[in-house]
Amino acid sequence: MTARTLYDKIWDDHVVHQAEDGTCLLYIDRHLVHEVTSPQAFEGLRMTGRKVRAPEKTIAVPDHNVPTTLDRANAATMTEDSRIQVAALDQNARDFGINYYPVSDVRQGIVHIVGPEQGWTLPGMTVVCGDSHTATHGAFGSLAHGIGTSEVEHVLATQTLIQRKGKNMKVEITGSLRPGVTAKDITMAVIGETGTAGGTGYVIEYCGQAIRELSMEGRMTVCNMAIEGGARAGLIAPDEKTFAYCMGRPHAPKGAAWEAAVAYWKTLFSDDGAHWDKVVTIKGEDIAPLVTWGTSPEDVLPITATVPSPSDFTGGKVEAVQRSLDYMGLTPGMKLSDIKIDTVFIGSCTNGRIEDLRAAAAILKGKKKKDGIRAMVVPGSGLVRAQAEEEGLAQIFIDAGFEWRLAGCSMCLAMNPDQLAPGERCAATSNRNFEGRQGRGGRTHLLSPAMAAAAAITGHLTDVRELMPDTMPVNA
Amino acid sequence: MEKFTKLTGIAAPMPLVNIDTDMIIPKQFLKTIKRSGLGVNLFDEMRYNLDGSEIADFVLNQPAYRKSEIIIAGDNFGCGSSREHAPWALLDFGIRCVIATSFADIFYNNCFKNGILPIVMPQEQVDILMADARKGANARQTIDLEAQTVTTSDGQVFPFSVDGHRKHCLMNGLDDIGLTLEKASAIDSFEAKNKTLHPWA
Repeated sequence: MTARTLYDKIWDDHVVHQAEDGTCLLYIDRHLVHEVTSPQAFEGLRMTGRKVRAPEKTIAVPDHNVPTTLDRANAATMTEDSRIQVAALDQNARDFGINYYPVSDVRQGIVHIVGPEQGWTLPGMTVVCGDSHTATHGAFGSLAHGIGTSEVEHVLATQTLIQRKGKNMKVEITGSLRPGVTAKDITMAVIGETGTAGGTGYVIEYCGQAIRELSMEGRMTVCNMAIEGGARAGLIAPDEKTFAYCMGRPHAPKGAAWEAAVAYWKTLFSDDGAHWDKVVTIKGEDIAPLVTWGTSPEDVLPITATVPSPSDFTGGKVEAVQRSLDYMGLTPGMKLSDIKIDTVFIGSCTNGRIEDLRAAAAILKGKKKKDGIRAMVVPGSGLVRAQAEEEGLAQIFIDAGFEWRLAGCSMCLAMNPDQLAPGERCAATSNRNFEGRQGRGGRTHLLSPAMAAAAAITGHLTDVRELMPDTMPVNA
Repeated sequence: MEKFTKLTGIAAPMPLVNIDTDMIIPKQFLKTIKRSGLGVNLFDEMRYNLDGSEIADFVLNQPAYRKSEIIIAGDNFGCGSSREHAPWALLDFGIRCVIATSFADIFYNNCFKNGILPIVMPQEQVDILMADARKGANARQTIDLEAQTVTTSDGQVFPFSVDGHRKHCLMNGLDDIGLTLEKASAIDSFEAKNKTLHPWA
């Protein structure tokens, strides 16, 4: 038999129909839904009298709009249009009989955190959602990618997607990470290397010792930002860590079904001799704690570097860099560690899991944020929040002067009230530093949770290695 | 979906690379539960000052380009989120075609679902189209989907490629869901087989 990649195997197992021109109808195992990209799709079903084909495989949770303040049960905390959008999801979930975690449910959270947490996401599955960060679920060795609203309607109605197969890219991170370097730094390093369009047309499989050594939380962080590198999906082959994470989750198989599932999951790896269209190799020990300086996720440099100049670039990037520097209010040659910040945001589907909060808390323990800094932690789900409270992390954040919020997407995309003001500069553990992403005129520097915590203490972008305790967890 | 066959219109030059979906339609406009009405907020933060007044030098605010139907853009157009509000906003403004050296994957797909034709062309040709577009409103370009060609205002013709299935759907204004439902029996048999092979799924 021909040697196949992990992507090839999952693809082959989901082809319902292949047309002569290679266009495939791909079966979708899990469809995650949130309030922003779904109302028009449900409206489409109603207008055509169609039903949801597999409501038991469809899971909805409101996350983008929901306030994260403790008083959010009070409807006045939401704007009228946000309220309508969340209410529409409530109604659609009821009318079409899909699985639903409303705002009032402790299991509510960011859709990409809730899916794995509840055991909906399992190895070898196809997972889609009307959200580009669906790539997150690839950490389980499931083929997961974002889709538009027309495709949401297509999946609701048919449980399939019309697809053409992408190309295979292998990204190998060799060796081990150095202390203070995290999964976030891996994924940012890859984007820095390939550019934001480097993955276009590819599905990335991340492999190598440094990836194997990551926890499931870290692997989700890596796959989450595959989309920032242009790849629709990122994958990591499942292993014992994956199985241990899935076991016992509410929607994971049990008993004999579990054994059968694990036996299948153990076949999900890229064969020796499989064909790769592109290979990128990065030495784990060469990766330093990273930050972004510009308005594209490819604008990545080690925290020890200086702000670049437009003349360091070529082609269309020259104008883009000048525009970025103007927007970010930065001067070429300035040390990145001299950049003063106003705000720290820890959360998002990239870094809102328990390990992320542990990593930030390890830096913050016994310390205080700098006076005048606005700092918030937004756990990725109600269950992450509860666990962090149980582990004493919440108290560390509160003692350090952080706001301890309820779960949601929050300031990652600022659709709820958590936004930056024009000119406000934020150290953010989220995934996009686009102009206006966190609020019009807001300035975003992407970094890891540990680096965000360090910045909160000093008030400027800071090399976390200077503040690291000996017991620092290294994997998040 | 509105058919796309042949279009002759004004092309707006937007040479910036990495024009992302947050630029195309910022998140505050995603709170709608409709598909229409987003054109007025297309490129909102590049197009309007905080007080709502127009930023005069933004291309779509210039008299020559206010009725543009084509955008000639820099590399990696449409990167970022999966929001279909981006093509909805373009369409609502009147844009039916975007030409660039590359597009982000999800945005590219979303265009075809909404009667917008995204065309990938090599840098040298995009440069020529960009220069042509900079001539202003009298420089109308023609996109012929049937023939798969772009013609500049001075008659230079460039071919482009497009996936056959997508071309067919776009030229006939076809709804994917209807086409897929014709294969319902194949989906039924896949589900039946999968129930035995992967019952946990």
